[in-house]
Amino acid sequence: MNGMPLTFAGATLEARASGALWWADARLLCVSDLHLGKAERQARRGGSLLPPYETAETLERLDAEIEALSPGIVICLGDSFDDTASESALDPAHRLWLSRLIAGRDWIWIAGNHDPGPLSLAGRHLAEYDAGPLSFRHIAGAEAAPGEISGHYHPKARLGGVGRRCFLVDESRLILPAFGTYTGGMSITAPELAALVSKTARAILTGPTQVILPAARA
Amino acid sequence: MSAPLPPAFQDWFATRGWDLHPHQQAMLDRAAAPALLLTAPTGGGKTLAGFLPSLVELADGTRTGLHTLYISPLKALAADIRRNLATPVAEMALPIRIEDRTGDTSYTSKRRQRADPPQILLTTPESLALLTSYEDAPRIFAGLSRVIIDEIHALAESKRGDQLMLALARLETLAPGLRRVGLSATVDDPPAIGRLMARHPDPVEILEADPGPAPDIRMLETEEPPPWSGGGGRYAIPAVLCEVRKHRTTLIFHNTRAQAEIFFHHLWLANDEGLPIGIHHGSLSREQRERVEAAMVAGELRAIVCTGSLDLGIDWGDVDLVIQVGGPKNVKRLVQRIGRANHRYNAPSKALLVPANRFEIIECQAALDAVRARDLDGAPRGPGPRDVLCQHILIAACAGPFSADSLFAEMTSAGAFADLARADFDACLEFCATGGYAFRAYDRWQRLKQRPDGLWQLRDPRAAQRIRMNIGTIQDTDTLKVRMKGRGGKPLGEVEEGFAASLTPGDSFLIGGQIVRYEGLREMTVEVTRHAADRPKVAVFNGTKFAATTKLMDRILEMLRQEDWPDLPDHTRDWLRLQRDVSRLPERDRLLVESFPFDGRAHVCVYGFAGRNAQQTLGLLLTRRMETAGLAPLGFVSTDYATLIWGLEPLRDATPLFDRGGLRDGLAGWLASNAVMKRTFRASATIAGLIERNTIGARKNGRQATFSSDILYDTLLKYDPDHLLMEITREEALRGLVDFGRIEEMLDRVSGRIDHVRLDRVSPFAAPLLLEVGKVPVLGEGRERLVAAEAERLMAAAGLKM
Repeated sequence: MNGMPLTFAGATLEARASGALWWADARLLCVSDLHLGKAERQARRGGSLLPPYETAETLERLDAEIEALSPGIVICLGDSFDDTASESALDPAHRLWLSRLIAGRDWIWIAGNHDPGPLSLAGRHLAEYDAGPLSFRHIAGAEAAPGEISGHYHPKARLGGVGRRCFLVDESRLILPAFGTYTGGMSITAPELAALVSKTARAILTGPTQVILPAARA
Repeated sequence: MSAPLPPAFQDWFATRGWDLHPHQQAMLDRAAAPALLLTAPTGGGKTLAGFLPSLVELADGTRTGLHTLYISPLKALAADIRRNLATPVAEMALPIRIEDRTGDTSYTSKRRQRADPPQILLTTPESLALLTSYEDAPRIFAGLSRVIIDEIHALAESKRGDQLMLALARLETLAPGLRRVGLSATVDDPPAIGRLMARHPDPVEILEADPGPAPDIRMLETEEPPPWSGGGGRYAIPAVLCEVRKHRTTLIFHNTRAQAEIFFHHLWLANDEGLPIGIHHGSLSREQRERVEAAMVAGELRAIVCTGSLDLGIDWGDVDLVIQVGGPKNVKRLVQRIGRANHRYNAPSKALLVPANRFEIIECQAALDAVRARDLDGAPRGPGPRDVLCQHILIAACAGPFSADSLFAEMTSAGAFADLARADFDACLEFCATGGYAFRAYDRWQRLKQRPDGLWQLRDPRAAQRIRMNIGTIQDTDTLKVRMKGRGGKPLGEVEEGFAASLTPGDSFLIGGQIVRYEGLREMTVEVTRHAADRPKVAVFNGTKFAATTKLMDRILEMLRQEDWPDLPDHTRDWLRLQRDVSRLPERDRLLVESFPFDGRAHVCVYGFAGRNAQQTLGLLLTRRMETAGLAPLGFVSTDYATLIWGLEPLRDATPLFDRGGLRDGLAGWLASNAVMKRTFRASATIAGLIERNTIGARKNGRQATFSSDILYDTLLKYDPDHLLMEITREEALRGLVDFGRIEEMLDRVSGRIDHVRLDRVSPFAAPLLLEVGKVPVLGEGRERLVAAEAERLMAAAGLKM
């Protein structure tokens, strides 16, 4: 199984093992926090020279999901690029690769805190996007609007000594794990995250065995 | 040729009623030697022997600027030496300024030291490396005449020593003709240390002081026998207290911090007379440690429960007994620890060994035999590690533009790097400059750039700051500080992040000898309150675990061959006989494999006697093969003598598991993706400057912006498996944590003779392993099955539906 079914705001969704969210009825695929160009950005700023393969790795996994599902709509839920200069610094081969993925789909770039500005790549660049009962934005609002889907926090959970990226979901919010390769995570027990969701929130782990567990275990 | 002491010195020695030791005179006589190594037992006046020539040369007050640089492995030792030197310098009214410079020195003092260096500067390898990274290093070190390296035997065993020797090579460039002096405890192979410290290929003169009388050492006799299993030596507490009462000051050494904590806790509970006893280990807060050290020096403590943190140099007052709790693992280190007792030259040291369980009785007996035979063990270190080389290239770049040719010549003058190939150096330089990736992504953002005149320099001068922050080879572990709750709460020490994550409010655990209650996490500090509980958890500390040496293991296997064991206590003889009856005894030329069910899991125990690291590797290789065979292994744990593996399916046939070709192939494939490699990668990548230490710190703050080094490892493995850092990681792991060489040795001596014994319960020898800490999870199918079951249970318990 590549995903776990999930009913949220009346929509039947699938939390994919990859960390992507699939809404089959709308043929909509959503990924969050790609952080493309992270290594290049760090080098540019005089930091250490990280292995420059994370963009290819991220695109490879995104490509595989698109190949498997052939979505009509793809939403990149913000922080798609590590900063506004990262897009222009994109390797030509990677730009071509992205363009190929974008072609023929309604591709929506949601603005994130790392990449607030418009992009030169094809697709629409929006602050938020609503689709039926769901609304997509980068950072969860202070007041939970029902059906809100967001990213930003990179939620992560530990189970049986293993830390994995996870979806965090309650009645009104769904927070996506980061999809980018060079991304860390914030524990779902961290106060910032715990404060956002209700006591009955659940975490759905990504990875080879997808499991669902109560978020507030303590 | 005998160099007489100047009259002022003679008078000073005379008023104290002291005579120069022969080796102190010899050091004066050979003060002109370019490289001089002194080995002497603890208490032999080594440090004074090292400093005397400097004090004599500086006595007339004509020398200004830095004359002598003293390097010690411990900050505390540098400070201690400064205090000790202050006395003769003051009493002889010598015009000499002596200062220390460590991570604890204030910013203003450090600035002043750079502008106006003292004649004698006391520092650590890390602080020295940092000093050489400044643009004004040539001015600071111009005129430097002598470098004294204290406790060089300890430094020589680690990358800190490699870093130090590269820094010495740099100093030689800045101050040609400087003299090098090494001070060492008694070691098995002084010339090997000499080769490390001398400028290659210069010779080194070696002075071996009289090793002194043989120590008075035996096993502690207790009324209650040691337990079948476990560690810590708690059973021996009444006998230990009795010894503490009989002596002035006793040092009680433990192999791990956790064991020291448990022992101290129970020692305190049994201490009805309220004897003043302290605890000292590397995970306690600096305030805690300093308090204990001060009390020790003042003679206020009757005993100190400690770990390797008290292994080195400082004169800890009037210690007259050393107790080693737990198997000594290494004969050389045991001898050095024993030397802590009786800090008087030519007096025998007194020591007691306390085996923590019955197996360690055998180990202790083997170690006693070795100490009496003065049969020290030594493990040769390989060539200088390239991650340290990379860091040193970056340090050189911080100091200013450099030529690759001169830097290569300089580095190969360090003994450990003498055989470094130019191609390897160039690869390191390439790594520092461009990242050294197959996919050249950083042409615009190179870290180092070659100028038109051929010299290399930092592309962005601001990078120097980040590089300096990253200097050093000591690995920070992911630890969290522990503090008493409330404003200005007292710091207690540190625990591992993973342990902190396992705590829920209300849990109690042991730290610094106190039982505390976990209240919560506040800005990444573990907040606790005082709390008495019967069964506290034990905090997990990332203390170093040493592998027992081949020499010790061979002595043990030799002992097991005996028909009977008249030297061992009766209970241990019975235990060995029981193992022989129930299963069989491990033999040197056969491999014993036991399998048995326990606690609902299938267990396999492999008695390889290859040392902890090799047994750990064996565990990783075997679980991998078991995974392929569908046995669903869940985890394993290793000690120096055996590896215990548990899983969901029982082992039917042991022989195919140990097929050498299969193990070797497994090694190549497995090396790619396992926790040990990732840990090794993280260490090397941090030293080489790929991962910044502050990044690790930021991760602790729970920020999602930083990510685990495992991701970098996985990425390189997939896209650039031949990258320099991957090569370094494999090399490091093979000779360090992986230690495959000792598995090969084991397979050689066994050569296919495998005895698979199937039992219906745990065997006498396997029992201790069930309680070992440091269990390694196997992330395979078995784990996935359990994760799914655990999640289902949690959901059901919380009343939630899937």
